[in-house]
Amino acid sequence: AMEKSRPLWDNPLQFVFACISYAVGLGNVWRFPYLCQMYGGGGFLIPYFIMLIAEGMPLLYLELAVGQRMRQGSIGAWKIISPYLCGVGVASVVVSFFLSMYYNVINAWAFWYLFHSFQDPLPWATCPLNSNRTGYEEECEKTSSTQYFWYRETLNISPSLEASGSVQWEQALCLMLAWEVVVFCEPRFFPSFPQVVYVTASLPYCVLIIYLIRGLTLHGAVNGLVYMFTPKLEQLSNPKTWISAATQIFFSLGLGFGSLIAFASYNEPSNNCERHAVIVSLINSATSIFASIVTFSIYGFKATFNYESCINKVILLLMNAFDLEEGSLTADNLSEMKDYLMATHPQEYAQLSPQLKNCSLEAELDTAVQGTGLAFIVYSEAIKNMEVPQLYSVLYFVMLLMLGIGSMLGNTAAILTPLTDSKVIAARFPKEVISGAVCFINCVIGLIFTMEAGNYWFDIFNDYAATLSLLLIVLVETIAVCYIYGIRRFEKDLHTMIGRKPNWYWKIMWAFVSPLLIISLFIFYLTDYIVTGTLQYQAWDATQGQLVTRDYPGYALAVIGLLVAASTMCIPLGALLTLIRKRLKRESVPTV
Amino acid sequence: VLLLTLSVVAIAHAELCKPDAQNAFKVRLSIKTALGDNAYAWDANEEYLFKAMVAFAMRRYTSRSTTQISNVLLCNVTDRVSFWFVVTDPSKNVTTVPGSKVEAAIRMNRNRINNAFLLSDKTLQFLKITSTLSPPVEPSTPVWLIVFGVVLCLIVAGIAFLVVAGIQQRKK
Repeated sequence: AMEKSRPLWDNPLQFVFACISYAVGLGNVWRFPYLCQMYGGGGFLIPYFIMLIAEGMPLLYLELAVGQRMRQGSIGAWKIISPYLCGVGVASVVVSFFLSMYYNVINAWAFWYLFHSFQDPLPWATCPLNSNRTGYEEECEKTSSTQYFWYRETLNISPSLEASGSVQWEQALCLMLAWEVVVFCEPRFFPSFPQVVYVTASLPYCVLIIYLIRGLTLHGAVNGLVYMFTPKLEQLSNPKTWISAATQIFFSLGLGFGSLIAFASYNEPSNNCERHAVIVSLINSATSIFASIVTFSIYGFKATFNYESCINKVILLLMNAFDLEEGSLTADNLSEMKDYLMATHPQEYAQLSPQLKNCSLEAELDTAVQGTGLAFIVYSEAIKNMEVPQLYSVLYFVMLLMLGIGSMLGNTAAILTPLTDSKVIAARFPKEVISGAVCFINCVIGLIFTMEAGNYWFDIFNDYAATLSLLLIVLVETIAVCYIYGIRRFEKDLHTMIGRKPNWYWKIMWAFVSPLLIISLFIFYLTDYIVTGTLQYQAWDATQGQLVTRDYPGYALAVIGLLVAASTMCIPLGALLTLIRKRLKRESVPTV
Repeated sequence: VLLLTLSVVAIAHAELCKPDAQNAFKVRLSIKTALGDNAYAWDANEEYLFKAMVAFAMRRYTSRSTTQISNVLLCNVTDRVSFWFVVTDPSKNVTTVPGSKVEAAIRMNRNRINNAFLLSDKTLQFLKITSTLSPPVEPSTPVWLIVFGVVLCLIVAGIAFLVVAGIQQRKK
């Protein structure tokens, strides 16, 4: 068979950096700290590491080995394993396509915040004034200036999914820029930039280290760290803890999209992918923990700052109401003075008491946030209170961009590699045209997420486009390799490639433990969907200045169903089509 | 007789300047918050300065040089530091200037009054007199567009370079 020369990574280090750059993404920064906080603090690390060993490393090794052995993108690779499995590859490409549609909007938002960081004071530090300049904008008064900047000035969010609104041109511009950066950096399709993965992989670590040093020296950071790391071991008996650990490992490594297969297909056949799988998964988990240390020092700082502001407000209120001398009320004697005032001036105190909030540090620390809320609201709130906020703001959003772009590059590789490998398409169009067309289509579709209701559609895609489908894809992959291709054949292939057979740990995980885990995750997700009945979402209510829960309208539910069906149905459809084709061939042979 | 008139005037003043009296305003100063270690003590001299500033404001607003320092009455000074003041009409005896005029005069000269005491709108508060908030400085072109333009040009130039290099390589 004629084998056209396949582009290769310059050295194994580039491959490892590409995998790290892909796997270490926004989820490590904005999801893991949230899970840690919700499910037992330091104690969450126990199920996390167990799941890493039970499913993370084995499944990662599996995908890398498949890619390296078959030297094809996901569609071609699974076709070789068994012709009935071409649907698996197509499903991976479909899921990657959905992901790239909405994921780049995050980069657009990061660019928006980055460009706005070059101002003094930062635009999210203060509320804008209302039209007659006597006070602040009403919506901003009800909520905080950072939330206002996110919901009104960045997203210009509409009150519900049905009110689509118009495309925000500023966001559209940022989205186009984000896609241009992806086109520019896509390492396999332009002659000279595979080195970009060195930058996208290592820069986030530099920024995280800077933030670690800055974070640990912030006033009140220790409160956050103590809160996070005190293990609440009773959470280990909560099944949701184990499920969250499993899903976090699973999605954090980016299994099932085909990106890992694509990356590994550009390896030398003798590359030691076993060692690389262990390295990448360990680095990914270590980064999550590292990022949560940084996040929790920032949380501690923000919570302490808010707590102290609250106390100062109470002090000011009491001083003004009772005309006490400045400095007589401090945080230390506040409770005694309150009792004294209650005793000496009962009437006035009673009038004042509805306004006297009970300030609590625990309540501030308890506000657990994840996702875009954490990245864009909580962090920017903490940054605005630091010294030289512009510097930290720029660093932080550059880091978010590196993380996001690194993951986007893996994603586009997952789509483009199978397309350029397939003889049908690659024969007709040169690869630059294919990559340009894919990026252009994604950019145009991505404009939906820049509309006023765009964030709601974003949440739909984020929650449903990739979750169930990936579980099914990886399950089919594992079963295919172990039982259809045969684990002995796979062993032999690995022996030829890296020079030794996988030991019993890998084999047991591949054959029994990982599939069982995935099946249980799958069952959990399905029962969760069935039990909660209608699906709901959080909408921003401008009049109240907070999020409210609403039901999805009918067509949104249809879109959700379509998203899940489009990728999962590929697998059985692919098998069916191959069956039909084989039947037709068998029938047509006797007539020849 | 002198004693009698003095006592009558004193009683009249006491009537005019009371908490929540008509046309009276409450003032609240937060000197320690504003100045920290450089805070000055609030004494009779500071009160004299305050009366002078209010008289000055009234003179500037009405463009008549009739308001005297003795027309400004202060009362109920507390430790906070807060007190009430009222401005009497120089032409008519024992009546106060309408609150709206006093308010307008103070608003017009707020900056001068603040600076005389080294304080700001937040630390020298006239309750019931709202201050116009100064808008944040807005440059003519939004800064973000400038940075966006720079990054965009760099990326487009980079892509163009790579495309040209690719075409040249293919020709070779």
